Amino acid sequence: MSDVAERVKKIVIEHLGVDADKVTDDANFIEDLGADSLDTVELVMAFEEEFGVEIPDDAAESIVTVGDAIRFLDKATAS
Amino acid sequence: MRRVVITGLGMVSPLACGVEATWERLLAGRSGAGPIQGFDTSDLACKIAMQVPRGDGSNATFNPDRWMDPKDQRKVDDYIIYAVAAATQALDDAGWHPRTEEERIRTGVLIGSGVGGLGGISETAVTLHEKGPRRVSPFFITGRLINLPSGYVSIIHGLKGPNHAVATACSTGTHAIGDAARLIALEDADVMVAGGAESAVNRIGIAGFAACRALSTGFNDRPKQASRPYDKDRDGFVMGDGAGCVVLESHEGAKARGAKIYAEVVGYGMSGDAFHITAPESSGDGAFRAMQAAVKRAGIAPRDIDYINAHGTSTPPGDEIELAAVQRLFGDKDAERLSMSSTKSAIGHLLGAAGAVEAIFCTLAIRDQVVPPTLNLDHPSTATPIDLVPHKARKRQVAFALSNSFGFGGTNACLVLRAPD
Repeated sequence: MSDVAERVKKIVIEHLGVDADKVTDDANFIEDLGADSLDTVELVMAFEEEFGVEIPDDAAESIVTVGDAIRFLDKATAS
Repeated sequence: MRRVVITGLGMVSPLACGVEATWERLLAGRSGAGPIQGFDTSDLACKIAMQVPRGDGSNATFNPDRWMDPKDQRKVDDYIIYAVAAATQALDDAGWHPRTEEERIRTGVLIGSGVGGLGGISETAVTLHEKGPRRVSPFFITGRLINLPSGYVSIIHGLKGPNHAVATACSTGTHAIGDAARLIALEDADVMVAGGAESAVNRIGIAGFAACRALSTGFNDRPKQASRPYDKDRDGFVMGDGAGCVVLESHEGAKARGAKIYAEVVGYGMSGDAFHITAPESSGDGAFRAMQAAVKRAGIAPRDIDYINAHGTSTPPGDEIELAAVQRLFGDKDAERLSMSSTKSAIGHLLGAAGAVEAIFCTLAIRDQVVPPTLNLDHPSTATPIDLVPHKARKRQVAFALSNSFGFGGTNACLVLRAPD
């Protein structure tokens, strides 16, 4: 697992209080991990804080799975 | 109007998590005071408080994981967790777990808080200042609002009746129980979970109450002696955290389902001082009128009251003004057979939770026919014919108990409870 993926998953486990084995790349925050709309706002904030990046609202809306977050942050931190 | 009874009790206090453990320690004369833990007090005038003992849940310590999902705990200030714990205990104690839609709709919640999420507001203000608005949590508001204890309790337990909250400073818990009883009496609900919750022992809370000269500052090296209502050396109140909740229900409903009845809420009286934002009016007329209204509503005479759980915060002016108001209501002859204690001597001033926790102590005084002590009352500052129950709990007859609460802004509330018939 890449460093980014590991850090993303750690944040998701912590914030949503879910078991690590449920946090797969295709896990949907709302449908699979029990998040509500406020939880997803907070998750995006936690990603911003952890990776020192800004995630604009329209980009945040397209991050609906763990994999979406990893791909976005991989790209954002590479540039 | 329907009769209203108390059928469930729940509490998180500086003495213990749980009603029975708190009561046992209170009667044993223990104090919940200590040096403040958890934040820096080096520059604060008051360095002591009565904080909730945390632990794994053994020995009546408070383990938040027992009461609320850890992922939800992160979103709220402690007063909400305390309220959920106290409400859950009260519902369990009452054996009331509504299953049908009709039962859910007829069960409401009315829990208040004096100041709500003061700690979270303070921390978030710093975040906003240092990191900007994009770092303000989406749970900032919902974890700090006064009515969110009622909100969380209703969501966790599926209670769909009236969902209400009170914020009347130190009278909050008393108003919450009184108002909830009225909702049942007027048939807006059949069952209500009512009470108060507070977690204001934090840097901004201590700084704020110290700034209005309400806190004890002369006992930082002797915390257990600091809360000393009616004693000549008292110098302010000691702040405490916690929550108290009761389950109230209609007398007929409780009888029909065979519930254990602790006491009946027979009187509720309110008044305003219209005088000053923090100081009680010197004649105690506001306190007098609230007590008088509660006694009148109960349909009894003052002499029928056996025990008063005083507001008695341990502030120099407040205690004697309350005492004078009680003496005026009772007259010297009837005052002689009255016991009045301030349990704030042992658990501190729980602000918005105080009235709820103290109404529970009145309920237990009726159940066990014993009155809890006023600790540290070594030298009363004024002579009184009233038994102030110094140092030690005392067995005595308690058929009627009165609970007093007086809050900043000049808001007064009193409850009269009666032994079940």
